[in-house]
Amino acid sequence: MKKNTRVIKNALIIASCIVLLLTILPIKSNAASETSPLEKQSWPFKGILGHFDKTSLRRGYEVYTQVCAACHGMRFLHYRDLRELGYSKAQVVALAALNEVEDGPNDEGEYYSRLALPSDIFISPFPNDAAARVANNNVLPPDLSLMVAEKAAQGGADFIYALMIGYKEAPEGSELKEGLYYNTAFKGQEIAMPPPLFEDIIDFSDGTEASIQQMGFDVAQFLAWAADPSLEQRKRIGLRVIIFLGIFLIIAIMYKRRVWTRAHS
Amino acid sequence: MTKKQEMTQKQTNKTLQNPILKWIDDRLPIIGLLQREYIDYPTPRNVNYFWSFGAIATIMLLVMIVTGLVLAMQYTAHVDLAFSSVQRIMRDVNYGWLLRTIHMNGASMFFLAVYIHLYRGMYYGSYKKPRELLWILGVVIFLLMMATAFTGYVLPWGQMSYWAATVITNLFSAIPIIGEQVVAFLWGGFSVDNPTLNRFFVLHFLLPFVILAVVFLHIAALHVTGSNNPDGIDVKSARDTLPFHPYITSKDSLAILVFAIGYAMVVFYAPNFLNHPDNAIPANPLSTPEHIVPEWYFLPFYAILRAIPNKLLGVLGLFGGVAILFFLPFLDRSKIRSCRYRPLYRWLLWLFVIDTMFLGWLGSKPAEEPYILWARLGTVYYFGFFLVLTPLISLIERPAKLPASISEPVLKTSDHPRDS
Repeated sequence: MKKNTRVIKNALIIASCIVLLLTILPIKSNAASETSPLEKQSWPFKGILGHFDKTSLRRGYEVYTQVCAACHGMRFLHYRDLRELGYSKAQVVALAALNEVEDGPNDEGEYYSRLALPSDIFISPFPNDAAARVANNNVLPPDLSLMVAEKAAQGGADFIYALMIGYKEAPEGSELKEGLYYNTAFKGQEIAMPPPLFEDIIDFSDGTEASIQQMGFDVAQFLAWAADPSLEQRKRIGLRVIIFLGIFLIIAIMYKRRVWTRAHS
Repeated sequence: MTKKQEMTQKQTNKTLQNPILKWIDDRLPIIGLLQREYIDYPTPRNVNYFWSFGAIATIMLLVMIVTGLVLAMQYTAHVDLAFSSVQRIMRDVNYGWLLRTIHMNGASMFFLAVYIHLYRGMYYGSYKKPRELLWILGVVIFLLMMATAFTGYVLPWGQMSYWAATVITNLFSAIPIIGEQVVAFLWGGFSVDNPTLNRFFVLHFLLPFVILAVVFLHIAALHVTGSNNPDGIDVKSARDTLPFHPYITSKDSLAILVFAIGYAMVVFYAPNFLNHPDNAIPANPLSTPEHIVPEWYFLPFYAILRAIPNKLLGVLGLFGGVAILFFLPFLDRSKIRSCRYRPLYRWLLWLFVIDTMFLGWLGSKPAEEPYILWARLGTVYYFGFFLVLTPLISLIERPAKLPASISEPVLKTSDHPRDS
């Protein structure tokens, strides 16, 4: 009997620790969003064994290079990282070589242009922020490497998707400032970025129909990967770590009980 | 050295079978010391799992130092490079993402363990005579941890890093007359800039080793008085205690593993849960974030700061909220240690625990009504608890009857026939 109450007591103590943990953890600021709640997409990378859909990532990269990259850079990615999307070595060399990069100085002290290599970072569309502003109505198009992490409070990839499909006609009576566009997902419903996607604006190399929803979904998944490229490896290792610790815990419980029976005699 | 200690030393020396260990111990009595302090160390037999959080915190400190050292090899403390060097760690360094997520979330887990450790000390009166200095050393560790965590949070040089550094260092400008000079001294210039980042990196590297030294003193002081226990009564005979190994080591390993599983879940499945999304944006002195929020473990003190309308008094409230812990051993007039036998103080303390969590929640909210009013009420209770309730409650409280000894309740159970 007494032993049972001890077990219950210990369980209660552990439970109270967990409750304490759960009380503290959710203390988190949530930027108040004034937009309608997002429609949650079923991303393959959610969940304990989440992984990226590589065909979708490759389509997302096509959307990025053919649409987004006109204004947005991704300065934390290298072309070599595209191997993770399932491209072969030769394909990555070819994809990198579609871009030109300023290099130098060479032996003669000259700066020169050359084709980009897998070891180069994604080429930015503008040489500097000032040039980017001038070309974009005095608004700086943000770097997209960490956009999904940056928008984590607004929904991460769900937010990107909602933004891509969120361009609508402004409701009657509302006045948009000049150079701004109406978007249901964006805070204040006014965004400086013109609608980037139109039906069939690109031809996907795998023949998928390029609807706005499809392109939005693929590019959102691509940006989710870009912001957190270690996700798959992390989740795989994590499961093993937790199973290992769990087995170790069972041994520790058995050992502890065995040791403590001596203490009670 | 007392006679008793001399005797135990002789004993351990005699029990050393291994000739090499004996040879070392005769010249440097470290083997015997470890034997006495980590194997034989008599621990009250009734300590519960809350006593494991000291061990957990020690492990967390070591985890932070080891991961931090490796990260420091890859990090660049320069305003133009810090953010991208962290991205390089996350993307290009082998298992850099793992090291960084362990380190980043480790800070939170370390504070979590220390907060539980602290509440435990308060609940069971571990700060009372003869453990006052032990408690004070603990508060020193807590202060050093705060400085370390703050300087560390600045290093990734994201938006929240930069603005947290700006807000917190600016607090010192509230000091009369020399405030401005103090702030310029902290910054190494006239704003948070490269010299600030550079010195914060140095401090963030240095302070953990200072913490380690104070932890050593903390444990040394603990082993002079011995551990407190849930009944809060002194050890009276050998029957009251159990040797540290294997009894407490087995119990602590279990607790450490449960804690580690929770830690692993955060690291692997919610690595950015405690991270502010704005820190994914590189620091930009020209754009202030909408809400500047510190990490969760500072939020109760941040709420106190914002609850007080006067800047200087607010800063005093913020630091006073921590500093008041130093005086707790002298504010509490009750001779009874454990709240188990303090029917009134127990509930005041639980209310205090809830109050600190409430303040923490308020600290994450924008500085507007009704949060400011609530934070003021929370602040009044926070300081009222220490300055009014704690000293005065013992005047009216009638403590419950203490057990005759630690082993008494245990002995009672051993009289009963056991089912196994």
